[in-house]
Amino acid sequence: MLVQLAQAGPVIPTFQRGSTCERENRHFCWDWFSSHWSNTFVPRLVEHIELVAIAVGIGFVIAMACALIAYRWKWFDGPATGVFAFFYTIPSLAFFQLMVPFTGLTRLSAEIALISYTLLILFRNIVTGLHEVPPDALEAAQAMGLTRNQTLWRVELPLALPAIMAGIRIATVTTISLATIAAFIGVGGLGQPIFNAIQTGFKTQFIAAGVLAVLLAFVADALLVLVQRLLTPWARARVG
Amino acid sequence: MGKGTGRLMHSIIDAFQFIGDNLHFMLTKTVEHLELSFAAIGVAIVIAIPLGVALGHLHKGSFVAINASNMGRALPSLAVISIGIGFLGIGFINVMVALVILAVPPMLTNAYVAVDGVDPDAVEAARAAGMKPSQVLWTVEIPLAVGLMFAGIRTGAVYVVATATLAALAGGGGLGDVIVNQATYGTPGVLAGALMVTALAFLVEGVFAVIQRLLTPKALRHEEGPVDVLLAPAIEGT
Repeated sequence: MLVQLAQAGPVIPTFQRGSTCERENRHFCWDWFSSHWSNTFVPRLVEHIELVAIAVGIGFVIAMACALIAYRWKWFDGPATGVFAFFYTIPSLAFFQLMVPFTGLTRLSAEIALISYTLLILFRNIVTGLHEVPPDALEAAQAMGLTRNQTLWRVELPLALPAIMAGIRIATVTTISLATIAAFIGVGGLGQPIFNAIQTGFKTQFIAAGVLAVLLAFVADALLVLVQRLLTPWARARVG
Repeated sequence: MGKGTGRLMHSIIDAFQFIGDNLHFMLTKTVEHLELSFAAIGVAIVIAIPLGVALGHLHKGSFVAINASNMGRALPSLAVISIGIGFLGIGFINVMVALVILAVPPMLTNAYVAVDGVDPDAVEAARAAGMKPSQVLWTVEIPLAVGLMFAGIRTGAVYVVATATLAALAGGGGLGDVIVNQATYGTPGVLAGALMVTALAFLVEGVFAVIQRLLTPKALRHEEGPVDVLLAPAIEGT
């Protein structure tokens, strides 16, 4: 239905009031973009970052708790991976809609789906990171008389940090991508201008919102690489 | 919670009922979905594999080839489709181009890593036996690399099948049409579409896994066959 609307021809938001560029629906109208930057794009960008930060933050807490349980009690690994993999395979357009009967057209619906998608990535990376801690390091910790908890906090988690950070990085860029789709249930974010553009056919809005989402993903990815390097100076030294 | 679970169970039963009642329609949508997916997978293979193999053979461009997959993973799929609509308009071509852009990176990286990582002793032995570079490529490097190469194609293919759902938003058709139009098809329709897409993704994953296994030289067949070098989640960005 949406698509038919778009195919019926562009409905430029500003009707006859816009510039020539807008009325002719050229690829990119700078004047429209700059005049809508602060009231359309900045709020959507902030919403998008909020959606992603909350999802990755809560997802990380849940995944870390489950990973620590699975690390100590091995039987937990299989069922947890199974449940998280199940969430992961649900097509996102459907997941967001299927939450609506339960939690409505709210941010909560979007967050539940977004958090669910981060769990598999984060859980698998944390568990892998913990399992790859060299046995020598564990033996040394034991020989120094560290308790199990001390070993976890001072040896195992720091050594697993590169894998954990890699997981956070993948989870973040994945969530940035999925959060654009969350706008389908009207929760804002950079997907909102995209869905609006689908209804109006206004090219500038398609390109502006798309490019902003791509830039957000790349900037977040680069920042997380930087954080990873700062947190694990030893890994950098080893790789050379 | 019990009530919610009960409702969900009912919806799933309704979804299967929906598929049964609208079998012809669902199959038409599935065929559309597969046409779009395979067109994109085909084009992506033609672009990514020769490039990855060439770079791997020459042991050049590792930075580009390896970072391609990181860049590709960061690309938000809906954003790529959106930019595509801006330039190419609504329809099949735009969505296909977007899917190709999303599928190329994992294929390229795997093809590069596969050929680049072929045992140098084997390559040297082939050279010592008097093989020309092209013979080394076709009779030693590619056969040894083909398993890992296919792991990348598999990742890309599953990603495309899952992401093709978004095509519905841009007039590309496919099973996404059913998922997007809750107003018309109701919750059972949304669930039915989702179930079909998921089943399709698993099916494609399975088919490519079998092809991968058949193409891997016997000596290199392990229990599970070569696993994708990327930590790339199979169905991200659906």
